[in-house]
Amino acid sequence: MTSEKTAVAGVAIAQEVRRFVRENYLFGQDDGLKDDDSFLEMGIIDSTGVLELVSYLENTFGIRVESEELNVENLDSLNRICAYLEGKMNAARLT
Amino acid sequence: MAAGAQIFTGLPTFDAAAETTRIAEGIRHALMQRLRRKGAVIGVSGGIDSTVVAFLCARALGPERVFALFTPEADSSPDSLRLGRLVAETLGVRSRIEDITPILEGAGCYERRDEAIRLVAPEYGEGYKSKIVLPDLAQSRDYSLFSVVIQRPDGTTFTVRLSAAAYLGIVAATNFKQRSRKMIEYYHADLLQYAVAGTPNRLEYELGFFVKHGDGAADFKPIAHLYKSQVYALAAYLGVPDEILRRPPTTDTYSLEQSQEEFYFMLPLEKMDLCLYGRNNAIPPEVLAPAAGLEAAQVEKMYRIIDGKRRAAEYLLAPPVLM
Repeated sequence: MTSEKTAVAGVAIAQEVRRFVRENYLFGQDDGLKDDDSFLEMGIIDSTGVLELVSYLENTFGIRVESEELNVENLDSLNRICAYLEGKMNAARLT
Repeated sequence: MAAGAQIFTGLPTFDAAAETTRIAEGIRHALMQRLRRKGAVIGVSGGIDSTVVAFLCARALGPERVFALFTPEADSSPDSLRLGRLVAETLGVRSRIEDITPILEGAGCYERRDEAIRLVAPEYGEGYKSKIVLPDLAQSRDYSLFSVVIQRPDGTTFTVRLSAAAYLGIVAATNFKQRSRKMIEYYHADLLQYAVAGTPNRLEYELGFFVKHGDGAADFKPIAHLYKSQVYALAAYLGVPDEILRRPPTTDTYSLEQSQEEFYFMLPLEKMDLCLYGRNNAIPPEVLAPAAGLEAAQVEKMYRIIDGKRRAAEYLLAPPVLM
């Protein structure tokens, strides 16, 4: 994929993830959620919400979230989720 | 050791005799002054908490004003009924068995639960048993996701991580059990003009280990302020039968035996006690850790988990929102 296509795909993924978070945890309202806001610190997602997030990522992007990947570094903000997804999908393309 | 360094060795000394007197007086006041009810109905499961509540009510009100209810169903351990009967016989209180299996079958409890399990394990069916589990604190990451442990009819087991739909489906279906039990307790309470006793201890009450309008519903809750170790201290003082004192806490909700640790608390209850006490009393993790036999980082993680469970419990404890 060219760098331009990669950039476009990245923006599309970010918008899709933001849509999911907005619809499922923010009652359809963004309320100024920033890309690097911590979900845990803002109390946006509880333990059931994490389950929903993992199911969504697996079903929507065709990845498997391994047990050792269930951490704040990968899942605790929009930016972190997008970076995690990019890494997983790049790895899948290489195999 | 630096001057003024904080040391924590465990929960404060607990005077079981004084606390028994205080709670007994509280039960009498609740029933006579606040609720104006003639006695207490208690769902007795054969576990330590409902047993202690039964003993306290019998002491406070007299055994003639206590009614013990046993509500087994298809997945219940036979020990629950046997030990429940032992409690009633020991105290000399009236009791009744109300098997709630037909109610649960009529509501589709088992069918709905099995359907939810099949979302992640399509082979699940007749003769299979299951329980849902969390990883223990040592194995858990920043987030802890439920898995279902399944036992095939041939005895072999396997574990599958639950999807959100499967987890919510299983919990929603099994919640029928606690809500059906409460329905029967209030039936008898209405007949007798008694009050329904709730049996949560402090860990359960504060951290939301109960079903909304199921075992979370009650007219009075005499041990909701007590840590689990304090409940055991009361039990020993009150003369609770030894077998109940020694029985490991179980949820008695799933067809495979499931401890409270693996379903909800992620730690042995005596360690959970210390962590909740530490969080409630602002004890730094590094001070609490030695007494709990944990690393400071584990205590810090458990404090975060406690905060999260407390937030989730707000919904379970909230009264109706009025407009």
